[in-house]
Parts: sequence; structure tokens; C-alpha cells
Amino acid sequence: MSLLRTVELRKRFGALNACDGVNFTVEKGEFLSLVGSNGAGKTTLVNLITAHLQPDSGQVLFEERDITGLSVSERIKAGIARSFQLVNLFDGLSVFDNVALAIFAREGKTAKIAALAANDDDVRRETREVLAEFGLAAKSELMAGELAQGERKLLDVAVAYALRPKLLFLDEPTSGVSSAEKAQIMDTVSSVVRSGAVTAVVIEHDMDVVFRYSDRIVMMHEGAFLADGPPDAIRANEAVASILLGAPSPA
Amino acid sequence: MSILVVQILNSLFYASVLFLIAAGLSLIFGVMRIVNLAHGSLFAVGAYIAAWLVGRAIAMGLPVVWLLLLMPVAALAVALLGIVIEPLLLRPFYRRAEEYQLLVTFGLLLILEDLMRLVWGGLPLTADTVMDAIPSVHIGALIYPGYNILVIGVGVAAAILLWVVIYGTKFGVLLRATSQDRRMAAALGLNVGLVYVAAFAVGCFMAGLGGAIVVPSHAAVLGMGIEALILAFVVVVVGGLGSLKGALVGALIVSFVRTAGIQFFPEIELAVLYLIAAFVLIIRPTGLFGTA
Amino acid sequence: MKADAIALPRFHARLWPYVAAALGVAVLISVPNFAGLYQTQLLTYGLIMAIGALGFNLLLGYTGLLSFGHSAYFGLGAYTVAFLLQWLGIRSMELYILLGLPVVAIVSALFGYVCVRHTRIFFGILTLALSQVLYSLALKFFWVSGGTDGLRVKRPTLLAGMIDFAGSGGFSRFLVAYYYYVLGVFILSTAIIWVIVHSPFGKALQAIRDNETRARFLGLRVRRFRWAAFLLSGTFTGLAGILWAPLNGLTTPDVLYWPFSGEIVFMTLLGGFRNFFGPIVGGVAFTFIKTYAVASTEYWQLLLGTVLVVLVLLLPTGIVGVLVQVARRRVPMERS
Repeated sequence: MSLLRTVELRKRFGALNACDGVNFTVEKGEFLSLVGSNGAGKTTLVNLITAHLQPDSGQVLFEERDITGLSVSERIKAGIARSFQLVNLFDGLSVFDNVALAIFAREGKTAKIAALAANDDDVRRETREVLAEFGLAAKSELMAGELAQGERKLLDVAVAYALRPKLLFLDEPTSGVSSAEKAQIMDTVSSVVRSGAVTAVVIEHDMDVVFRYSDRIVMMHEGAFLADGPPDAIRANEAVASILLGAPSPA
Repeated sequence: MSILVVQILNSLFYASVLFLIAAGLSLIFGVMRIVNLAHGSLFAVGAYIAAWLVGRAIAMGLPVVWLLLLMPVAALAVALLGIVIEPLLLRPFYRRAEEYQLLVTFGLLLILEDLMRLVWGGLPLTADTVMDAIPSVHIGALIYPGYNILVIGVGVAAAILLWVVIYGTKFGVLLRATSQDRRMAAALGLNVGLVYVAAFAVGCFMAGLGGAIVVPSHAAVLGMGIEALILAFVVVVVGGLGSLKGALVGALIVSFVRTAGIQFFPEIELAVLYLIAAFVLIIRPTGLFGTA
Repeated sequence: MKADAIALPRFHARLWPYVAAALGVAVLISVPNFAGLYQTQLLTYGLIMAIGALGFNLLLGYTGLLSFGHSAYFGLGAYTVAFLLQWLGIRSMELYILLGLPVVAIVSALFGYVCVRHTRIFFGILTLALSQVLYSLALKFFWVSGGTDGLRVKRPTLLAGMIDFAGSGGFSRFLVAYYYYVLGVFILSTAIIWVIVHSPFGKALQAIRDNETRARFLGLRVRRFRWAAFLLSGTFTGLAGILWAPLNGLTTPDVLYWPFSGEIVFMTLLGGFRNFFGPIVGGVAFTFIKTYAVASTEYWQLLLGTVLVVLVLLLPTGIVGVLVQVARRRVPMERS
């Protein structure tokens, strides 16, 4: 049983065919990269799967259960979480509280109004663990808005990770940071995700990053899948090369 | 039958005034994305200035026909006030949170209300002479002030003029471009700052004109601006913030409902208006023709 | 260490609020001993407005929603007291609170349900419109509400009727006793709101304020949280109205009129809406400022309006915001 399966997923924006009958499968435990040029449909696909958008037609199956009609919160409860390309954090809360809130939300504790958040030792312990895994422990008392960009991207992932999802979508986790930081971020993210047995789908533009960390690479082009396989196979794929490098593909 | 005609004329009279105020408010919001809480107070300032000008003119012995020309003069004065207000009080807040804009215009409201009291005192200021100068008309067996019909005419003319300016002139194109996409407009080389001042001045002119034309019929009193603002809000909520057509339709609806309300359930006619506003906001938040 | 920094023992940053609160309470308790009756009465009004502003700020500072219609709940609380007196002959302050709170809570819940379906400017306009429905009802149904003359509210009995204020010197005894009563309610309310704001629920509210999308992607039901915040906010502001009526002795439609909503916003901003204590400082400060403004000039609106504009221009973080900034620069604080 695949962890995630989409069946003929379609979405148009006017004349733009963002998702053209996409059949996407993700197996449990994979670290998968979703690549393609801008406008290929990667973010739309992720938005459809996470309920940020509604499809025109098609289905989304999670653990063979039809979740097409489920809302955002229901899908999160089912075990799907995401981070965002443009960092989406709670800037008025501390780094600690950003992660802690995800845990409170996951545990259904956000209705608790008569107890101080600081008194929940279980949540605090888990928050410290997550922050340590992501290398943010030293910054936990700072406001999220005070972090450097690379740290903000890590925190964005950490917050989604703290929901302990089965399937985690990461939308360009290394965009907007220097090359040195990219490696740091991906090292952290991939090691945490693998050790936590979370299946991850990463939208990424930097092909070095993609080839280094992925188990499997899926390439989208104009709303459809162009290539799908382990890094070696993709490297050898000439159609892919022509798209990526702009060189004419050998006939 | 005559009574019905009179009621309709009364509604149209009221709608004309409301339209002027609401269209000004809507224009300012449409272009600048600012809700000016002091807009009603500017309407009141227009009324006071007009009444005061009429008083001076009569003292100077000017012929009555000239008195009518004082109305746009009063409106112009309010527009000038707007040209002073915009760079001083509004411009520092365009990049700031919306809350601050509301607060600063609320502060402006407090200031204007007391400035009116300071300059003109607590007694109502009238301009009856203008109203009396226009001959009455006969509607059936009833006598109806001709001035009211003149006001209706002004309302209609203003609506047409505004429509022509916004949709037919280059200035109107600038306004619409800026309201739709401020950054794009700036990128295209439009002087957004100038457009803003102009839009604000026009909005103030309209509020001031509303006050000027209503004052011969209803004396200028303290607090009239605060009441007017709420009604203007109801109009733009019903008609849609940022829409000229909406201001017109909204003014008509509010006016007729109010007249009917006063006639049939006088106790709650105000409450009915606010409930309508709330109702419209609930089912159709952008109003009938709104763009926001 | 900067040359002008004050050398103080290092405090845990987290302890500061509790220290400040303890000091504040100590000062407040001793006020009637050294202040005159008039000042005590004024401070009572100030504490009442502080409760109202704290409630209001639950919605603004912590949930990010600016309501321009909170006069509705304050006025409703005040009128409920007047009605309880007039129709049921109730004189007990406890009953005013016990019976009044559900009334303001229900109306807050109702209005809130309608209002939180919108955000930003439409939310504000909707809250304004709904509050004016109440205002116009109070004005028009004058045979019920007393119209512009209002309804008289006699001195209540405190502590389940144990204390009343009949007889000579009753008024001064009332003022002092009522000060302590309000102080008690104020301390309790502040403590409750402190817990609310620092609870998981409170954190969720702030998250929704900061980033609605992300909050949704944590699985939070945004609308439901906003509604709950609205309900709590209206209830506490209503509580302020309930406490206000017996002190004022009179309830008039003015407290339902929308400029009063503007004053509530003003005082919250004056103190600073991004800080827990801001509304307290703002509520008290505004009461004193307005009283002195009204007493010193006929044109107090002009004064207040100018203060507001200057405030928004120069000191957007409010009094407490400025104090915090100054303190941060001068006192090195250990972060735990």
C-alpha cells in the first residue's frame, strides 16, 4: 500500500493547466524530491494534497483512504503536514512557542484556557527535543522574527515536523539562503526526517541538493510528470537533461 | 397621492446628500484603502462654512442668487483642508497597520469636532435665507420647497459628473489605476503621492458639498458629523466600498428605508438601518457592487 | 556593559511581571490612605476602564482584531444593572455581576458569531454597526431606557448585602468601600486574563494573529478561536460596564454611542496594545487625562484628539511600550 496516491488529479487556472491528470505515488519512508521549472505545477500539486486548494477533478488517497473531501485540519489529523516556501512563522511568539504550539495543536490541547502553557512539562520536553534536533535550542527564547533567514527556514520545517506527520511536504526549504547554509539546512532536515521515520516530499530547485539527498526524484513539466526514478536514472535521462540544461535533446 | 410624491422627493433629497458623503468616503477608500473616520466631520465643516459664508454674504448685501454659488465655495474650502490633512496626518501611516490609520482619523474627528465648537460655538448655524429664496412648487394641494428639488438636481449632476470624471478623463484613469494596483501604478511612473492627495481632496470636496447643500434645510449643529458618518457607513456597506454605483444605489436604498421607517415604525428606524447594514455585511460582505 | 547602565542584581526576565504586579497591588491597596476621596473615586473609574481595556485588548493585541463597537458590551452591562434595579429591585452588587455577566456574554457570543466571519475593515465596520443598533434602541425606546435622560442607579449593597451605605456619610463610605471592591474584581480579572493569555489557548490566539495561514496548517480552527476571543473580550468589557453603573449613579446612551468605542481603542493604544499591562496603564491614564482635560478646558476633545494623533505618530507602542524599550537599554537582564 502506498502512503499517498493521487488519481487523475487536475487543476486549471484559466488557461494554465497546473495539474494535468497527475498520478502521484509516495511510498512510506521515502525521501523524495519534486523538481521542475517554475510554473511546472509542483506547488499546486502540494497545495492540492494539503487542501490549500481544491482540485477540479481527481482524488487524493492517503493510506488508501479517500481524503479528497477533507479539510485542512482533517488532513493534518490524518498525518499530512507542510512547511512553506515563503517562511510562515508566528513572529510575535518565541521560537520555543512556535514549536510548542504545533505540539499543543497536535495533542488537541489548544482549547485549554485555564492552565498556563508553561506548566505542561510533556509539551515542553518534546519542544526542547525537537529544537535540539534542528539545532535551534540556543535560540529558543528569541522571537521568531529575530532569527536569521536560514534559522527561520529551519524553524519553519521544525514547526511542521513537530506535528509528527506521517507525510511531510517541504516547499523549497533552502531557497533564499547562501550555499553554505543550504547544505547545513538539508543535512539537518534529512537526518531528522529519516531518523524520525517521516516520509518527506521536498520541492527543490537546487539540483545539487536534490541529487545528494533524495532517494527518488520526480520531475514535473507543464502539469505532468516527465521523469520519475532514483538519482542515477534521472541523471541519465536525456529528456530531463534537456529541460534542465536547455540543451537540445539528442534525437 | 401628493403625500406619496412628497415622501419620494424627501427621500431623493436625503439620498442626494447621502450620496455625496458616501461617494467621497468610497472614493477615498477605493483609491487609498483608507477609511476616514473624520469624513462625517468634514461634512459638518462644509455645513458650517457654508452657513457662515451665507451669513456674511447677507450682511454684505449680496443678491440671493450669489448665495447659491457659496455652496461650492464652502466645498472647496473643505477640499483645501483635505490637502493640508493628507500629507500631515495620513501619509505617515500608509505603510503602517490599518489600526493606526483608523486611530489617527479618529483623533482628527475629535479635533475637528472641537474646532467647529471653537469657531462657531454651540448654537446651530442656519442658512434659511437660501432655502427661502427658491420659490416653492405645488404638488397637488401641497406646497413643497423648491430648494429640495434643486438639491436633488445637484445630487444627480454630481453623480453624472463623477462618473464622467472617473470613467472618461485621464485623471479618472489615474485614479482607477492607482486604486487597482498601487505598486504597478508607481512602477509605471505615476506620481502616486499626487494621486492620493488629489483623491483625498475630491473626497473632501464631496463631503463638504454635501454639508453645504444640506445646511439651508437643516441647520448646522454640533455632532451632525458623527451621525452622518454612521449613515455613510451604512450606505457604503450596502452599496459596496469603493464603488460609485454602490454609493448611489446604497444612498437610495438607505434613504427610502429611512423615510419608510420614519413613517411606519419611527422608534426603530435607525436600528432598522443598522440591522440592514449588518445583514448585508453578513450575506454579502463586499456589498452590492463592492470591489474590496 | 554600557556606561549608563544601572547596576542591578540580575533578575530572571520572567519574574519582572510578577514583581511589577506585586508592587502595583501594594500601591493600589494603600491609595485611599493618602489620596483624597476625589482621587480615590477617579482611580476607581480608572480601574474599571482598565478592566474594560484588558478585555478589549484580548481581541486587539492578542487576536489581532480591531473592534470599533465595544461600547455595546460596556453599555449593555451598565443598562443591565439599571434594569435589574428598576424592574426587579435588586440592590446587591454580587447579583448585578452574576446576572449581568451572562447577559453580556450572550450578546457578545451572538455579535461575535456574526462578526468573526470577516476580518480587518469589515470586521470593524460590522462591530460598529451592531453597537449602534443597541444605541439606537436605547435612544428610541425611551420609555424603557430613559432615553437621553438615562436611568438612575442607586448605591448598591456589597458583599451579599452585608454592607450598605444608608445614612449620613454614606457616600464617602461608599466611595472607599467601592474602591476596594473594584480593586478586588480588578485583581481577579487581571489574574484570569493573565492565565488565559499564557495558556495554550492564548498562544493559539497569538499564532492566529501573527499568521492565519500557518495557524490553519497547524490544524487550528481559526474562526472558532476568534469567536471565543470575542466572547471573552465582550464579557470583560461588559463587566467593566456593570461596575461602572453604580459608581456613576446614572446610565445614559452615551456609553453605547460609537465615539465611546473610540475611547476604548484610544486608551488601549495609549498604554500599549502589544503588552499585557499596557491596557491597564492606558485605562487608568486615560481616565485621569480625560477628567483633567474636561475640567481644564471646554475643548477637551481637541486636546484628546491631538494627544491621540501625536501618540499614534510618535509613540505607537504606547506608554508601556516605551517604558519597556527604555528599561531594556538600561538594565541588563538575564534571559532564562
